[in-house]
Amino acid sequence: MSKAHLYVLAAVLTALGLGIFIYKVYVLNLPLSPRTRSEVWNVEASISFTAKGGPVKLSMFVPTSTRGYGLVDEHFISSGYGLVTVMENGNRRATWSIRNASGKQSLYYRAGLVRVRTKAPLLETERPKIEAPELNEAALQAAKALIAEIQAKSADTPTMVAELIKRLNRPEPDENVKLLLGPQPTLKKKVQVAVNVLLVADIPARMVSGVRLESEKYEFPQKAPWLRWLEVHHKKQWISFDPLRGKSPVPDDWLRWWRGPEPLVHQEGGDKLRVVMSVSPRIEEGVVSAVRRGEISEPVLLRFSLFSLPVRTQAVYRVLLLVPVGALLLVFLRNMIGIRTFGTFMPVLIGLSFRETGLLWGIVLFSALVALGLGVRFYLEHLKLLVVPRLAAVLTVVVLLMAAFSLLTHLLGLPMGLSVALFPMVILTMTVERMSVVWEERGSTEALISGVGSLITAALAFLVMNVKLVEHLVFVFPELLLVILAITLLMGRYTGYRLADLYRFRALAKS
Amino acid sequence: MTNLIRRLRERGVLAINRRNAQYTLIYNRRGLYPLVDDKLLTKQLAQANGIAAPELYGVIEVEGQVEHLPEIVRDREGFVIKPAHGSGGEGILVALGQINDKFRKQDGRIITLDELNHHVFSLLSGLYSLGGQPDRALIEYRVEFNPIFESISYQGVPDIRIIVFLGVPVMSMVRLPTRMSEGKANLHQGAIGAGIDIATGRTLGAVWGNQPVNEHPDTGRALAGVQIPDWEKLLELAARCHELTGLGYQGVDIVLDRDKGPLVLELNARPGLNIQIANKAGLLPRLRKVEAEHDTLTSIAERVAYAREHFAVSAA
Repeated sequence: MSKAHLYVLAAVLTALGLGIFIYKVYVLNLPLSPRTRSEVWNVEASISFTAKGGPVKLSMFVPTSTRGYGLVDEHFISSGYGLVTVMENGNRRATWSIRNASGKQSLYYRAGLVRVRTKAPLLETERPKIEAPELNEAALQAAKALIAEIQAKSADTPTMVAELIKRLNRPEPDENVKLLLGPQPTLKKKVQVAVNVLLVADIPARMVSGVRLESEKYEFPQKAPWLRWLEVHHKKQWISFDPLRGKSPVPDDWLRWWRGPEPLVHQEGGDKLRVVMSVSPRIEEGVVSAVRRGEISEPVLLRFSLFSLPVRTQAVYRVLLLVPVGALLLVFLRNMIGIRTFGTFMPVLIGLSFRETGLLWGIVLFSALVALGLGVRFYLEHLKLLVVPRLAAVLTVVVLLMAAFSLLTHLLGLPMGLSVALFPMVILTMTVERMSVVWEERGSTEALISGVGSLITAALAFLVMNVKLVEHLVFVFPELLLVILAITLLMGRYTGYRLADLYRFRALAKS
Repeated sequence: MTNLIRRLRERGVLAINRRNAQYTLIYNRRGLYPLVDDKLLTKQLAQANGIAAPELYGVIEVEGQVEHLPEIVRDREGFVIKPAHGSGGEGILVALGQINDKFRKQDGRIITLDELNHHVFSLLSGLYSLGGQPDRALIEYRVEFNPIFESISYQGVPDIRIIVFLGVPVMSMVRLPTRMSEGKANLHQGAIGAGIDIATGRTLGAVWGNQPVNEHPDTGRALAGVQIPDWEKLLELAARCHELTGLGYQGVDIVLDRDKGPLVLELNARPGLNIQIANKAGLLPRLRKVEAEHDTLTSIAERVAYAREHFAVSAA
């Protein structure tokens, strides 16, 4: 009866824990491993101009979420200006306006963009209508001649576009190309020519402007040069082309800002317009950006995540949530293996403090402290003190020993000694007391067995709790503690032999 | 290792996880534990129910009463001071006699009243109690031990541990003090445990530590084949303790006094498992048998008879 009850309870807890866990991993995309870092990029535009004294209207393209980047946050700083953002032709445009302004004005825009890795196919769109480009007769003839040449050398639209780009970028371009590009063409001019040629050839094409979010360079913020590239409609999809190399699609780190030939900014009522773009990376832990992304669509679960706590409290929970993991290990070691320890959870707490000292130093310092504490405790035994004063005396001695250790190792130039201050002194005191009592009552062998058992358990607990992945998992997915709870409950009904029982009763196994 | 596990299973060896999960947790209600954990309560209960136990001379509950100690032990040839909440035989002081205001301890050492008082003070402050909570000191009759065990024990008083399950004595051993255990009858302190045939009351082989032994390490006498007197009476006494406390699974510790016969010394709600090594037999088959058939047994006499019939060495 009670056993079935237990199994049901454990199953429910496991299902609940794993269910929330899987939901968070697959739906909310919380990262499973602490190393998943996603870059969040700050793209900033500082706009300055001089107002003539009168109404001012300034509109600028601002980015939207694209296939490669998600818009995480954005800030408009524009005191006194009214602000409207609208979508038009797939572009997003922000318009600042003010009734009366004079003198130097500055507006500021910042967007936070996070890299998204999507495997979804490109959206299918209908072939758009083509508006014939405005070209003079000579240019039109040159374009037609060029089209005839490249069509002869290509199989379909993509190869044709590639061939076109190749010709536009030749160091010694032929006459037609020269005519179209003019002397010393800019990148923008090249893309415009490519778009026009393709339109003449009845292939829908458009220019895209954007910035490159470079991840190798870190000398940011820098003025970001505008990138231009080409999008060509082929088989119901818009395909992008690098206008210099002819490669498709363009690299991942090219962020689309707007499409079309219009300039970035339209302005009425001012002059001396200056727009400075800058790009800077903002490396955040993957979790944080996942949570930020989550905040946009507001799933209730993330509202209750530990990330909504103040950072200092988060740091505490990063450690606290590890304790059940250590406790699970302790249950295993005690009830399945049969290791003897002083105090039930003492090894877990000692293991936690090893996180600060490091394993080897932790063991050395702990053993030294307990050994010295034991020496003093044995001396105190002669004084025949009552229990509570004696415990207080041992505690005082332990604190003094800790201070002495820190001082000594500091003078010797060993920085690790300082971390001894992080040992839980009350736990140390109780360890000394229990160990001395066991030593007196059951002999040194028993005391040393339990002492070594405690140390081994503490070291194993440390090794488990120190795994970054474990820390990450329990903090980001605290529901996994429900699974740990379920396992603990099941181990609570383990009635089989402990490993130590096999040794203890081995005489009975002989027939 | 799997072989070892299989053998232990076949023998029905009860280990600590199963004892806790399937016996003590189920058959021993938590609320009843104080009856056995507090030896004063156990003694009062035994007296009220006419179960023979060492006579209580006095109780010291707080430090202020320690001055009454000489009064309590006056004219007593010997006495024992023990903590009400002690475990594993800790904190028990046995005085064999007194000369003026000095006391002779079991190991022959002489101590002064001051030292005796200090022992009581430490005891009251919780030195020997589980968890260190304040304790009470019991001063009681010192058992004159039965000469039957003289040849196979070193100082101290051997006691007989009987595991009683649902009122049926299932396994038994006698615990014999050694020099190593300093006269104490606790196995983990180095006393010897010798199994007893429930049917006859005759000792079987013995265990010292976790290993079997045949002779007492101090006296060199054979440990097997010693007949315990009044065996039937002992079994009845143990079986009655089931009704006394209501605990389903308990260890009853009995001493044999030269003049007063069997006396219940203390009860234990979590009796140790080494008794199986002393008896070279597992507890599980016996416990399962009792679990299945105890409904048919009503009187104490029936339960004792059942035990003698079914748990004889040849039958086990």
